[in-house]
Formats: sequence, structure tokens, C-alpha cells
Amino acid sequence: MTILNLEEQFMNRIAADEKIEPKDWMPDKYRKTLIRQIAQHAHSEIVGMLPEANYISRAPSLRRKAALLAKIQDEAGHGLYLYCAAETLGAERDTLMDELHTGKAKYSSIFNYPTLTWADMGAIGWLVDGAAILNQVPLCKCSFGPYARAMVRVCKEESFHQRQGFEILLTLCNGTAEQKQMAQDSLNRWWWPSMMMFGPNDADSPNSEYSMKTKIKRFSNDELRQRFMDATKPQADILGLTIPDPDLKWNEVTGHWDYGEINWEEFNNVVQGNGPCNKLRVKARKEAWDNGKWVREAATAYAAKREQRKSETKQVA
Amino acid sequence: MNSKTEYILHLADNGLILAQRLGEWCGHGPVLEQDIALTNIALDVLGQARYFYQYAAEVDGQGKSEDDYAYLRGEREFKNFLLLEQPNGDWAHTIMRQFFYDNFMQLVYTKLLLSTDKQIAAIASKAIKEVNYHLKFSSEWVIRMGDGTEESHERVQNAANTLWEFTGELFVPTDYDNEMASQGIAPDVTSLKNEWENRVNEIFAEATLQVPQAIWFQSGGKTGVHSENLGLLLTDLQYLQRTYPGASW
Repeated sequence: MTILNLEEQFMNRIAADEKIEPKDWMPDKYRKTLIRQIAQHAHSEIVGMLPEANYISRAPSLRRKAALLAKIQDEAGHGLYLYCAAETLGAERDTLMDELHTGKAKYSSIFNYPTLTWADMGAIGWLVDGAAILNQVPLCKCSFGPYARAMVRVCKEESFHQRQGFEILLTLCNGTAEQKQMAQDSLNRWWWPSMMMFGPNDADSPNSEYSMKTKIKRFSNDELRQRFMDATKPQADILGLTIPDPDLKWNEVTGHWDYGEINWEEFNNVVQGNGPCNKLRVKARKEAWDNGKWVREAATAYAAKREQRKSETKQVA
Repeated sequence: MNSKTEYILHLADNGLILAQRLGEWCGHGPVLEQDIALTNIALDVLGQARYFYQYAAEVDGQGKSEDDYAYLRGEREFKNFLLLEQPNGDWAHTIMRQFFYDNFMQLVYTKLLLSTDKQIAAIASKAIKEVNYHLKFSSEWVIRMGDGTEESHERVQNAANTLWEFTGELFVPTDYDNEMASQGIAPDVTSLKNEWENRVNEIFAEATLQVPQAIWFQSGGKTGVHSENLGLLLTDLQYLQRTYPGASW
């Protein structure tokens, strides 16, 4: 069987909406694209723990503290499924970690913004997890089986987080004037970075074409961004908050909300490492990994000793 | 404040302060699986604290909420063990602190299952399942580090040596302890010491660690005389409630 035949067969399976499983033949480019995307997604989950972890110690009630801890733990869990999904494609977790620490691998640029008030815990849940859901729901139908299945569970939890974030903001908006101001300020800071989460405009998105063709990705960046815009505006109205976009207006003809120009210069800078917290986030991840080295080594050494003792006991017996 | 409220707050404060410390690890663990495990323990002990604060509010009868106790008391009013407010240090210190505490609480909750106070017994019946798991987790890590590499052995031995002085307090009864013991609500803490030490000896032997000997034990946490760590910890914990008095979150 020639390579060409295999490629053809692969594309036929994609066309028939069959799931590709780890042991199936797949083109190298498909494998590489998936590893890149899944690793990027996994890194986003674990880097994404950091801005919220910044408020665990200061959560304003015991109920909020417990919910925040549980939420961040969910993100760690998402990271774990995703690293495992990448491992099914032959990637090594240690290598993926190195790529995160050296800056070779990217993660969602939104996590390079600082969390400055408690309201940011609400805005991250509402906007960031809200945007993530729109990105991820189509991934439940992604052509690669392990990724698609991981996304089903991830999306359920994200949807819970989104409602939890909204509820944090709703409480603030129904609270004192200072609390409401805190909520508006948070929306002002998180709105545009959230809109940027869908990535560059379709015309400028280098990796999209192949991903669409192989059904890793099913909707374009701009389509998803528009969905987010349309879903979020009425929610902002319920909160009584103003989306910080002077160009925002309802379009009778298209039936969508038209939004203003995104600052792509800012986006590109944050992606390239110049966001307010890029260095801090990578440093925190790298320190956790480096400080944990002796712990991982101890676990490995102990496991090896145990194995050895077991086999020695067997030999004696 | 009556003895029973004090005793219940002592149990609640232990959970809260430990959860606060464990929460600092979230996102910074040595490997993702252990990050998740430690957050699990934080959530469990925080959950236990909440049950106890809620019950303390009922017994106290002042119309307070769980958050009033957690967020609006000063450092002299907190009754947690000194052990639990100690900084996380490295993984070895965090695990050793956990092991000393889990070992103790497993014994306490086992006795509290038989408490003459039905609510305390009910909370204990939930908590014991959690603490059994915590003790397994922390014991296994003590062994793994002790019998792991040279570096891990040295680090975990250092952790034991550093934290040992805070373990004496676990067995020093306060007035509220004595009052509770006399009513059959809580165990006599002095009676738990032998079994606690036996388990330390057993786990340390397997971990090839030396049990620290003959040092002066610190105490005071249970009656509100803390280390300097607690004030800073509470400043952080209570920041929003203190800055915006009366606001709901």
C-alpha cells in the first residue's frame, strides 16, 4: 500500500466523520498539528490556574474560597486529560513542559493579564471560560477521538465555571456601589483580551486552513468571535454593565452585534511575550517544575527500589 | 464564650488555617497529579472547617455566620495548632506538617465518632473518611521521600526536625479540652499521644528516618498565642471583608 493510498483513505475517513484513534495511521502533519494544539490547550489550562490562584488566599467568603479552589483544581484536571491526549500521539510530557518553559510552545494569551481585584474571578469565569466554551464545544466533534472525548467532560465543567463567574459578578452588581464599580472595571480590562481569545482574523490565521480541512477545527475564528459577542451582550445587560466598545451596535440586516476594531498590535505583542504577566507566568511554571524535580526523582527512585525488593523477594521464594 | 464553642472553633480554625496554607500550592505543585491531590486535601479540610464554624455559630448563639468567625476575628482569637500556620517550605515540610496533623486527626475523629454531641459525631463520621485518605497520602509520601534519593531523605529529615517542636502542643490540654473530655464530647488529648508516637515510629522506620528526640515543645496556638506567621496569614485571608465592611460577596 502506498503512502498516497493511506492519505486518501485517511481523508475519506475524515469526510465520513469517523474518529481517528491513536493507533490509526495518520499523516505526519495531522499528528504534529494535533500535538501542537493539544499541548497549547493543556498549557493554557495550567498557566490559566495562576491568575485565579492569585486570589485563593483572599477569597472573600469560605463558600467562595472552596468554589475557587475547586474551579482551579478542575483546570488542573483538564490539563491532565489534555497532556494524556497528547501522549497518545507519542508526545512526552517532560518535552512538552520544556517547550512551555523555553517559550517554544504557546498558551492562551489571556492568562498574561493580571488579576487585580476579586471581580476578576467573576470576569474570568464569565468571559474567559465563556469564550473557551465556544472554542471547545466544536472540539467535542473533533476528528481525533481522545481530544474529542476529553472535550466533552471539559465543556461540562467549563459551563459550570462560566455560570459561577457570572454569579460572582451578579452578586457584585447587586452589592454596594464600590462592588459594582469593581465589576465594571473588571469588564473594562478583560473584554478586549477575551475577544482576542478566538485568535487572529480568519484572513490572518496561518494554521486554520489545514485544521478545518481535517476537521480538527470546525468553525473559523471570526465565526466563533461573533457567537461570543452575540451571547455576551445580553448577559452584560442583565448585569447592568457596559461593554467597553463605543462601536458596538445591533445590525438589523445581519442579526448580529457589530463590534469595534480589535487592537491586533496588542494581541501580537502579548503572544510574542510582551504582555503584562508573560514573564511572571512562565517563571512561576518553571519554578514549580524545577523545585519539583527532586520530588519527582524521589518518587521514581523509591518506585525502583520497591520493584527491586519485590523481585528479590520472589527470587528467594 | 463557652467551652464548647471554643472547642468547636479550635477544630474549625485548624481546618481553615491548614486549607489556607495548602491553597498556596495550587498551581505550583511539583507535578500536576500532586497539585490536584493537595488541592483535594485543602478542599476537604476547608469543608470540615465550614461544618465546624456553622455548628459553632449555633452553639455560640450570637447570630454569627461561618464567615464572621473566619474573617472577623483577630490573631489572638484563633485557636489552631501552631503547626498548621507554619509556612509551606518545600514539599517535604508541607507533607511532614500534613502527616503529623493527619496522624493526630485520625485519632481525634475516631474518638469523636462516639461523642455525646450528636452533631460533632456526625461531622466526624464524614471527616474520618477524608482523613483516612489524607493519612495514607501523607504517610506514603514521607516513606517515598525518606527512602527515595539522598536529597529527598535529607530534606524530609530536615522537615521532621524543624516541625517536631510544634507537635507537643497537640497533646497539651486546654481548659476547654478538659471540659469537653469531662462531658464525653471530646477525647482526652493526652490519651492519644502513645498511639500517635507509635505511628510516627512505624512510618519513620519504614522511611529510614530518625524520630527527633528531646527538644523543647512550643505551645500556645490553642489558646490564641501564635507564631508571627498567623497575623500575616490572616491579613491576607481577611483582606476583602476588612476593607469593605458589611459587603456581601
